[in-house]
Amino acid sequence: MEDSTGQIVKVAGPLVVGAGLPEPRMYDLVRVGSQRLMGEIIELRGDLASIQVYEETGGLGPGDPLFGTGGALSVELGPGLIESVYDGVQRPLDVIRSATGDFIARGVEMPGLDREKGWEFVPVAKVGQEVAAGDVLGTVQETKSVEHRVMVPPGVSGKVAEVMQGSFRVTDVVAVISGAEGDTEVTMMQRWPVRMPRPHNGKRAPRDQLVTGQRVIDTLFPIAKGGTACVPGPFGSGKTVIQHAIAKWANADIILFVGCGERGNEMTEVLLEFPELIDPYSGEPLTKRTVLIANTSNMPVAAREASVYTGITIAEYFRDMGYHVALQADSTSRWAEALREISGRLQEMPGEEGFPAYLGTRLASFYERAGLARCAGTEERTGSVTIVGSVSPPGGDLSEPVTQATLRVVKVFWGLEDRLAFRRHFPAINWLISYSLYLGEIEKRWNEEVAGDFHRLRSEAMSVLQREAELEEIVRLIGVEALSPAERLVMETAKSIREDFLQQNAFDEIDAFSSLRKQYLLLKLVMTFGSEAGKALEAGAGIKEVIGHPMRESIASAKYTPEEDLEELEALIAEVEEAMKLVVEGVVHDHELTESAAGRAREKVKKVFDTY
Amino acid sequence: MSIKEYLTVREIIGPLLLVDDVEGAKYGELVEIEFPDGSVGTGNVLEVSGRKVLVQCFEDTRGLSIGKTRIRFRGRGMELPVSRDILGRVFGGLGDPIDGGPEIIATKRLDVNGNPINPTARDYPSDFIQTGVSAIDGLNPLVRGQKLPIFSGSGLPHSRLAAQIARQSAVLRKEEEFSVVFAAMGITFEEANYFIEEFRKTAAIERSVLFVNLADDPAMERIATPRMALTAAEYLAFDLGMHVLVIMTDMTYYCEALREVSAARKEVPGRRGYPGYLYTDLAMLYERAGRIKGAKGSITQIPILTMPEDDKTHPIPDLTGYITEGQIMLSRELHRRDIYPPIDVLPSLSRLKEKGIGEGRTREDHSNLSNQLFSAYARGKEAKELAVILGESALTEEDKMFASFSDEFEREFIRQGEFENRTMDFTLSVGWDLLRLLPRAELKRVKPEQIQKYMKQVD
Ligand SMILES: Nc1ncnc2c1ncn2[C@@H]1O[C@H](COP(=O)(O)OP(=O)(O)O)[C@@H](O)[C@H]1O
Ligand SMILES: [Mg+2]
Repeated sequence: MEDSTGQIVKVAGPLVVGAGLPEPRMYDLVRVGSQRLMGEIIELRGDLASIQVYEETGGLGPGDPLFGTGGALSVELGPGLIESVYDGVQRPLDVIRSATGDFIARGVEMPGLDREKGWEFVPVAKVGQEVAAGDVLGTVQETKSVEHRVMVPPGVSGKVAEVMQGSFRVTDVVAVISGAEGDTEVTMMQRWPVRMPRPHNGKRAPRDQLVTGQRVIDTLFPIAKGGTACVPGPFGSGKTVIQHAIAKWANADIILFVGCGERGNEMTEVLLEFPELIDPYSGEPLTKRTVLIANTSNMPVAAREASVYTGITIAEYFRDMGYHVALQADSTSRWAEALREISGRLQEMPGEEGFPAYLGTRLASFYERAGLARCAGTEERTGSVTIVGSVSPPGGDLSEPVTQATLRVVKVFWGLEDRLAFRRHFPAINWLISYSLYLGEIEKRWNEEVAGDFHRLRSEAMSVLQREAELEEIVRLIGVEALSPAERLVMETAKSIREDFLQQNAFDEIDAFSSLRKQYLLLKLVMTFGSEAGKALEAGAGIKEVIGHPMRESIASAKYTPEEDLEELEALIAEVEEAMKLVVEGVVHDHELTESAAGRAREKVKKVFDTY
Repeated sequence: MSIKEYLTVREIIGPLLLVDDVEGAKYGELVEIEFPDGSVGTGNVLEVSGRKVLVQCFEDTRGLSIGKTRIRFRGRGMELPVSRDILGRVFGGLGDPIDGGPEIIATKRLDVNGNPINPTARDYPSDFIQTGVSAIDGLNPLVRGQKLPIFSGSGLPHSRLAAQIARQSAVLRKEEEFSVVFAAMGITFEEANYFIEEFRKTAAIERSVLFVNLADDPAMERIATPRMALTAAEYLAFDLGMHVLVIMTDMTYYCEALREVSAARKEVPGRRGYPGYLYTDLAMLYERAGRIKGAKGSITQIPILTMPEDDKTHPIPDLTGYITEGQIMLSRELHRRDIYPPIDVLPSLSRLKEKGIGEGRTREDHSNLSNQLFSAYARGKEAKELAVILGESALTEEDKMFASFSDEFEREFIRQGEFENRTMDFTLSVGWDLLRLLPRAELKRVKPEQIQKYMKQVD
């Protein structure tokens, strides 16, 4: 153990003030007390350094030793990240548990990457080849789903003098690069300070859709790969379920889930559930592409502050390999509160609601680390980091500082509402207030990738929902009698959009995920009913007959159609058109037709329930 | 370690003492405070800066003086002595016996702050606890290891409901041990006594540990009380392998005590004067519920809080709801209409419901039936609101059916006796009976076979 280089003079909760550290620098890592707890310098005044400590500070007092490390808080990057469960400062929680038991003890030093494990390194670069930082030297099949690309670390370039092949540990040398300043030995592990964005060769505007499988998100308020979104909502409105759904079903290569100051059991849920669930794209268990950071609400508050940075740095590292990474931060409000708490201890001048004045800048620079980027290196490669942050506004009031500061920087807003949650309308995203600024770009792609009329259907659905809100106002004032048959139909179509399309049960095996194709067909089905029924009304059909039509039962159960049977939906759309035509013709319902549809619907419902 | 004594109190502000010229004090250290009259109280170190120490006093500071107060630093944090003998005992808010019984001969002394459960060590709560209360079992089921608070208001029967849950949920498999830990914070003698009598009557007292801080006990003591209780609970659950139900009442008074300390420290307040760290502080308590892989026991928490002005956006219920796994919301309106238990099921929630019910746990129709009841009740309530504005005549025939469904639902399903212990089958059959009031076509959330099977046919 190195000699003590300083002394504690003050302890106030997670904040310790020390003196006597030789040349302390902002954001240097410091070991605190004889247990060598991890801490980070966040303020300097003369000889005094304020240190936020990532562990409980009980038992520390003036005179206890401080040990400078001279380095900044960094993460270890290399094979072994995937499938890990880390705390906010990248300590592997599963390893800690085997070492110290079920409760987290203090002062445990554990490296983020396993030092003993061997990885099969397959060289890509050739001896003699000129390489620059970011170029791929070789690959490691880290899990079945993820090929880990071992890159030339930032700051290194030159000729490949040596490159190995075979099984190595992360600290073994796998290549030697000779550059202007001599030879550099490269291992599979890099370190990077968490508060500094990793370099890239420039950003591009996000354009491809991150498909989440959630209908209200993908169809109404889509997010692009490399984009930013926030999900504010009061407790119980469904933030965590949405974040989990994205982690499960998004078409990203890598998932980084940051549980920031939230429930322990929610982390357990991910840990128990993800190994059992199959990634719809790779066919492998979801864990094989996931890194989990779990700094729950009862874990030290300073480590909570660090957790989002630990997460985003790991995300950037995989982006540098050319992957599309989706990061979920649940919840950024808890991170902001950690900032507030530390700021209060530093006795800084508070801004709104006690948050520090720099809340907005911190949030903005965090979200700014998202993006679609040309990766560092000489070969053309793009990768992206998408950030979805939950926001937990006190009392559900969106005017509070964290929500407001977040809304200024993110491009997608999914506003959750408890009124919808009470009615068990899930996901409880309010369609009237939510928005996506990527819509225009993404809709263009639907033309080729989904269907030419998808974006028309979407905007029609949005205007029906808008109309519904206006008509509801009338009903509230005068009663349903005041509505014309056409208006009644608008209300019914809106209801169908809400119940048969937007509502999506995250706990139902089939309903949990919808491909874009399925989303399109479902929406088309619902909207076809609306437009065809409208024609029937114009042609003189009665409103009761139209809205009470037995076809509607099949529409309601259509969302339980499995992905492999989507042609059934196409057939159903044709049947709806047909059925409405028959209504117009005044023909007594073709018994067979509706019977067969209803029969199929019942069967489908049965199939769905059987999967429980 | 020798205990150092100081006579150097410089300031007394509210519950805080500033002591100077102290050597070697540690953050969080336990402090003995000897009053000028010789009585001894307890405190702990909130902040230490050089030789200056800020001490939070858990007693009433009345009678303390600057010159004559003696401060002794104990060289350790606050601890609770435990052994199996704590069962059946009543302790004060700081963990000293107040039932006239002997001191506990400790097999262990545990730090009352505990350590966080490693998230990888947790086991997901999934064992249904039958409380015998339909509004809970049927719609917002409680599972072992859950933290499910009761959001109440002053004058509402939360104590009766909590006692009923404690009384009725004790049904267990034979080989399992069950106990109740009860923490009273700032409640009246009558309320506390109600629980004690309740436990006596049902002979649950031998399986209970009580920590009691009453309305006229020192307010600061309340900050320690839940920590004492949860430390005892952890011992019972994870050392002795018992299933522990922790009832903590009233969390509102606990939070007010925290606010008082924060104000005395002149901290920048968060919302409504509560400290910015209230969320974290509450999480340190609530997250002590749970199950651990491979451990026999579990800790289930039912914290009770009274919402100031019945406002659920007030920071105390709000932050609680952000941490706990749902909430049972009581309604003044139902109470006024003499419906016991007055549980407003719509804003109530059990987040662990999905994993705790269904085939093999309760019954295969449970989840669908509860969703159906929820949505039908929500629709009925909306119809009734509309009727209030526009009159009955504005309702469609269907609206009217739903409106009368919601009335019946409150009367038959929600309402039950305080000593009525309903079986799961009974609860579900009441639900199915009520659905008969609605047109079949509206029952979209239950499957046809279930209707066939469970809905009694009438002709
Ligand atoms: N898509 C969904 N499908 C079904 N139930 C949902 C869905 N979203 C939310 N819920 C219900 O709402 C509860 C609260 O959701 P959660 O995401 O934990 O809320 P928050 O994180 O906003 O507090 C869940 O436990 C679940 O019962
Ligand atoms: Mg949540």
